Amino acid sequence: MFKRPHILVFLAPAVIIYTLVMILPLFGTLRLALFRGDGFVGLANFQTLFGDPRWSAAFWNALGNNLWFFIVHMLVQNPIGIALAALLSSNRLRGAAFYRTAIFIPTILSFVVVGFAWKLILSPLWGIAPNMLDAVGLKSLFAPWLGREGSALTTLALISVWQFVGIPMMLIYAAMISIPDEVIEAAEIDGITGWSQFRRIKLPLILPAIGIISVLTFVGNFNAFDLIYVSQGALAGPNYATDILGTFMFRTFFGFQLQLGDPNMGATIASVMFVIILAGVCLYLFGIHRRLRRYQF
Amino acid sequence: MRARMIAAHIALLIYTLIALFPVWVVVINSFKSRQAIFREPLALPDADSFSLIGYQTVAAQGDFLLYFQNSLIVTCLSLAGVLLFGAMAAFALSEYRFRGNALMGLYLALGIMIPIRLGTVSILQGMVAAGLNNTLAALILVYIAQGLPLAVFILAEFVSGISDDLKSAGRMDGLSEYAIFFRLVLPLIRPALATVAVFTMIPIWNDLWFPLILAPSEGTKTITLGTQVFLGQFVTNWNAVLAALTLAIVPVLVLYLIFSRQLIRGITSGAVK
Repeated sequence: MFKRPHILVFLAPAVIIYTLVMILPLFGTLRLALFRGDGFVGLANFQTLFGDPRWSAAFWNALGNNLWFFIVHMLVQNPIGIALAALLSSNRLRGAAFYRTAIFIPTILSFVVVGFAWKLILSPLWGIAPNMLDAVGLKSLFAPWLGREGSALTTLALISVWQFVGIPMMLIYAAMISIPDEVIEAAEIDGITGWSQFRRIKLPLILPAIGIISVLTFVGNFNAFDLIYVSQGALAGPNYATDILGTFMFRTFFGFQLQLGDPNMGATIASVMFVIILAGVCLYLFGIHRRLRRYQF
Repeated sequence: MRARMIAAHIALLIYTLIALFPVWVVVINSFKSRQAIFREPLALPDADSFSLIGYQTVAAQGDFLLYFQNSLIVTCLSLAGVLLFGAMAAFALSEYRFRGNALMGLYLALGIMIPIRLGTVSILQGMVAAGLNNTLAALILVYIAQGLPLAVFILAEFVSGISDDLKSAGRMDGLSEYAIFFRLVLPLIRPALATVAVFTMIPIWNDLWFPLILAPSEGTKTITLGTQVFLGQFVTNWNAVLAALTLAIVPVLVLYLIFSRQLIRGITSGAVK
């Protein structure tokens, strides 16, 4: 390597920036979690986080909310994405490019736009949502969903689903159009069409892609922050009902209103998030990814 | 068969409406007077209800031009860094056999799955220590680091697809390794660079977290953060809010419509397998 200095020159900028700005701070954060002020305290911060009733209540609340946020994505976003991809990839469908482009539009918008636009639409003040429900005779169903403890988190999760459904749609679509025509034709000759063709031929072939979108959803959800911050503020109201790990870490690290910022506890929460995300990714890589047979054509 | 096609179209059309409706409502109402926004939120603006009052408020209050400029600088420079450094690293990894090659590839790939946000506490401390807090440079460095892993991963695949004959011919002609990279390889992977550019650009432009934490000062706000702060202050001024939202939507939308084929081809060509 040293006889060929150009290798170093090619690698150096990427490796240096990546190491300095990403890897070292990641370890720096894990290290900070073991300190209080300047003193090394071992796992005391974690003991506080899990043991102190005030901290642990907030933590489990955020973790539980985050889990629900993820479950809604898995149950709503990914099935809708798969269904849309299946429709788009049915052969001889005209206008597939138009639908694809249009359905992907929310994904490119910023959380600020998405969070606020939905806040306006769901606002009882403006009345778009109640009036539309009124038009189909369901006005009684309307409630200020974002303002109620029981429904705020699910509403936000569904808004996020609305925004990101384009990603599973695209990835599954890519997997579906790479299934060779012969396979589909053979199925059709055997009289396997429509739903049973999807379930018995296509679904097994797109399982690896479903694995990928699941892990992407997991990492994205357990790292989410922006949408909640934009629509509910750093306090993740009402009464912390929409608090997830990202907002919890932000509030702890920076402080908010009367609460002072605490970098060590912020780092402690970030470390727990790191462990959760790493566990999810490892579970995928070693548990699921390996077991899925990859079909090579 | 026919009936099934029609059913597919109906389902897709319904979903397209769901996807576009909120954007549509925001954009049309931003051109209406306050009364019209509340009276008939779903109607198009007409001679009676047309009003630019919201845009006037935005223009008078916010430094949106500055925010826009900041976002443009941050996005372009980060993008340039990701593409250049990413392509260089991808070339080194796929062109040369050296000890630690696979390990280096794995090291760089770590960042695809682990979000850079988790290191925020230390990133902020590091930036403060380096005197870079509240500068655009801090954001640019973070976004380069954030974009590199996926860029290297995707570009390496493309670089390794370039024929060896071409590079051998170049070496025979006495080209240095640098000339081979810049004059032969870079032009050949231009389509892949475009794909990576679109992937990288969207999250950078839309990011709220790092501008909020690393560069919240008035002079360094990006358009995303600026819009967020503006919306918070003008929350009851519906005209201004809708106008600001529309201003945030339109540039991204235009760029997307121009580059959507590249983006979609990038995703569907198996760049993210």
